[in-house]
Amino acid sequence: MILTLHDYWSDRGCLILQPYDMAMGAGTFHPATTLRALGPTPWNAAFVQPCRRPTDGRYGENPNRLQHYYQYQVILKPSPADLQDLYLGSLRAIGIDMQLHDIRFVEDDWESPTLGAWGLGWEVWCDGMEVTQFTYFQQMGGYDMKPVAGELTYGLERLAMYIQNKDSVYDLAFNDAGVTYGDVFHENEVEMSTWNFEVADTDALFDLFRKHVAECENSLNRRLPIPAYEQAIKASHVFNLLQARGVISVAERQAYMGRVRDLAKGACGAWIDKNADDWTARFPHWSAA
Amino acid sequence: MTDFLLELRSEEIPARMQDKARDDLARLFTAELAKAGIATGPLVTYATPRRLALIARDLPAETAAVSEETKGPRTSAPPQALEGFLRKTGLTQEQLVDRDGIYYAVVDKPGRATAAVLAEAIPAIIRAFPWPKAMRWGDASTSTESLRWVRPLQGIVALLGTEIVPVEIAGITSGAATVGHRLHHSGPITIGSASDYAEKLHAAHVIVDQDDRRALIRARAEALAAEAGLDLIPDDGLVAENAGLTEWPVPLLGRFDPAFLDVPPEVIQLTARVNQKYFVCRDGDGKLANAFICTANIDASDGGAKIVEGNRKVLAARLSDAKFFYDTDLKVPLEEQAKKLEQIVFHEKLGTVADKVDRVARLARWLVEEGIVTDASSFPGEGRAPAGEQPLAEGSASSPQPSQLDPRLHRGTASLADLADRAARLAKADLVTGMVGEFPELQGLMGGYYARAQGEDPRVAAAIRDHYKPVGQGDDVPTDPVTVAVSLADKLDTVAQFFGADLKPTGSKDPFALRRSGLAIIALITKNGIRVPFYPATTKALDRSSNTGSTDILDFLIDRLKVQQREAGVRHDLIDAVFALGGEDDLVRLLARVHALQAFIGTADGTNLLAGYKRAANILKKEAPAGEGDHAAAQQPLSYTPEPAEAALIAALDTAEPAAAEAIAREDFERAMAALATLRGPIDAFFDTVTVNDPDGDKRGARLALLDRVRAAVHNVADFSKIEG
Repeated sequence: MILTLHDYWSDRGCLILQPYDMAMGAGTFHPATTLRALGPTPWNAAFVQPCRRPTDGRYGENPNRLQHYYQYQVILKPSPADLQDLYLGSLRAIGIDMQLHDIRFVEDDWESPTLGAWGLGWEVWCDGMEVTQFTYFQQMGGYDMKPVAGELTYGLERLAMYIQNKDSVYDLAFNDAGVTYGDVFHENEVEMSTWNFEVADTDALFDLFRKHVAECENSLNRRLPIPAYEQAIKASHVFNLLQARGVISVAERQAYMGRVRDLAKGACGAWIDKNADDWTARFPHWSAA
Repeated sequence: MTDFLLELRSEEIPARMQDKARDDLARLFTAELAKAGIATGPLVTYATPRRLALIARDLPAETAAVSEETKGPRTSAPPQALEGFLRKTGLTQEQLVDRDGIYYAVVDKPGRATAAVLAEAIPAIIRAFPWPKAMRWGDASTSTESLRWVRPLQGIVALLGTEIVPVEIAGITSGAATVGHRLHHSGPITIGSASDYAEKLHAAHVIVDQDDRRALIRARAEALAAEAGLDLIPDDGLVAENAGLTEWPVPLLGRFDPAFLDVPPEVIQLTARVNQKYFVCRDGDGKLANAFICTANIDASDGGAKIVEGNRKVLAARLSDAKFFYDTDLKVPLEEQAKKLEQIVFHEKLGTVADKVDRVARLARWLVEEGIVTDASSFPGEGRAPAGEQPLAEGSASSPQPSQLDPRLHRGTASLADLADRAARLAKADLVTGMVGEFPELQGLMGGYYARAQGEDPRVAAAIRDHYKPVGQGDDVPTDPVTVAVSLADKLDTVAQFFGADLKPTGSKDPFALRRSGLAIIALITKNGIRVPFYPATTKALDRSSNTGSTDILDFLIDRLKVQQREAGVRHDLIDAVFALGGEDDLVRLLARVHALQAFIGTADGTNLLAGYKRAANILKKEAPAGEGDHAAAQQPLSYTPEPAEAALIAALDTAEPAAAEAIAREDFERAMAALATLRGPIDAFFDTVTVNDPDGDKRGARLALLDRVRAAVHNVADFSKIEG
């Protein structure tokens, strides 16, 4: 399925990238989405990104909730006029018969408070199941998108359950030789859920959060937006772990999210600053303001 | 006369925005054409997920020619005035018309082609369109000035008669071509004119008229339920939403595992409706059936079998989540859950929810112990649910954990005060359960289920379930005394606390919905005939020693009472007339008096007594501003022989006063009014034959005192000066 999607999007002009080697809550955090979505340079890329959402862990007991899973991300800037048709074509490519299944675009406005980003779009339903998040980014890191990028985020496990007709993610066939998703990941879910919810040293995590914040600021002072952005990703993941440990109160939560958002905004701003002259030179209609 | 068709095609428009978008399109179209002098007749508007359309019938081919006349200076005015006028109008002196010594500029404007008007109007409408949320897209969005629309705009059909109205906006050129259903039809469709639009789309699997789609969904869903031997639970909101998600709606019925029916039916219905937009059905016994109806957007080639199967799986996953929450919640006694309320802030000035719960419990107990809410006050039935409500179903819970219940609560001998206290202490506990966290609208209901399953008294469980009621006008008003005590205490606490913290509603701002709470208080006490003395009750609610602040709260409740009674046709001035007497803080008694007053004012006796009262009051106001002829003086023996009408009025008052007072003491306000009605004849006769303003000071003083006595007698019932008319 991943190979089919790679072929499909590669044929349509996308770079095929690899996952980013850091823990993150969604494929949108991949710098190939967040940073590259900014600015006027056309950018089309597709990649798989593993996602970690510590609070979604269920000790391997829920058929479709996981603290670690895979997203397939496509980012197209500027958003092409036929993006919906391109997307439907990709579903056909991975074997969904549109004469048999009901595909619908249901309103779902996307927002990431930790990235200072929002967009309008839909969740795409296949026979009532959400299989893709389809978004036209309007802002990233607090900056207007110029131009707007289209983002497709496929839930790979869900699509696979659909295509293989399985009720539980752990029953998915990983290959044709009898290895299942459960064989590969079940123990990981059990242990990571235990660690996320019960074991992780919260003092060490609070300390890490502070250090990532400091290092992000350090990088920004040296005009290094990419390292700064990496530190923002790390701070975000540490914040998610603290949330799973239940040590951040409702009142503090907003403040922590604000801190992460400021880091992400800082990195995005630095990225724009650093590239603005080049962008202005190459794209006369573009302006930073 | 020609018909005009406009279609604005885009990517999927959110269902919830479509109705307003049709209204906005009609409004903007009418306004734009009115600017050009074209009056539009009735417009037809359509919305589907992918298009917004308008048909205007019988437009003129061109606007009417108009002759605009502008008045200028007098012909005798200085030359500067004329020069200024010529500059303004751009005319020469020869072109002006001289009429009666005044210059007029007359400009004939020829009619404009309607097509030209439309070509300007359409882009203006698109740019001004007030979508609740709009976005930019594509190449043009390199500038933030690019067109914003709800989702990317893809095509414009603009046909006046059979001619294309040329429009270009955001790189889109108008034409006659549109597209059909996304999956059932490929390639463009050419529309001939407004008259074949709906028909051509229908041939391409698009039902463009939202009302037709709604009717189809409703009829087909009902038929599917009937074929399965079930009754569809009607839901117009769901019909509209599904019609807004489909261009070719195909309802399909599926079944889910009956094991999920262990979960409360409200939860299943809510999950199905909110998360999946499915209809649900009842079986022959009126119980929720294990069936759902989804609305697909295609006629699948297998008749929908795969679609139903896919939807069944999604629903099963949702229901297993719900069942997980339900089973988990059941294992924790509500008493334990209630402890977590200490973590939830109710309002920064008013403490935590746990604080509120404690206040409500004490107030509920007080209401009972003071004899304000009693078992006799309304329905004494055990655990009786409000009319129209299902009794609590037995939960499917495993046996509850032992809790530290007051043992009396189990023996069925618990007092009403204990039951109310217990219910109040558990009423908010479900706010921290998993189920209510997932579905906040199930607050109260879930607590009721959990309480019942955990062995609480049925009346306590019913009170937990219903204590938020009534929510808004038309909602059921609780009648079981346990529920009434908790519900009333909850709302009194809310109103009193927010008023006490000076967080009152102002103007259109009522962020804590205190007006709704006020209306609920009034509904509870009037429906159940509860006599709440509000001064002590609000003093108790504020835990203060004096009734500081109670007056504000009572004034607020009286205002709400006027709003609530307006619908019942009760005059607000009559409420004022009774309330103005002061000292009345019992709304039930106040209302009884108002009702008697309204009936009385409607009779000839009442109207005439009011006229007599006003005349007496006017004379007193004019002649005795400083208390001359006070009430006490009227009781003195007269120093002169009264005239017959004067003597008759004194005699009538001697009879009417004690009769009215006695009736009022019994709260028999009809009888009190009847007693006053006997004054009408004597008052009329008095004014006809007796001069108040007699030259003899003794007589004048005594007669003014007599009028004051009349006024005082009337004021026993109501302050008639507040009555309008």
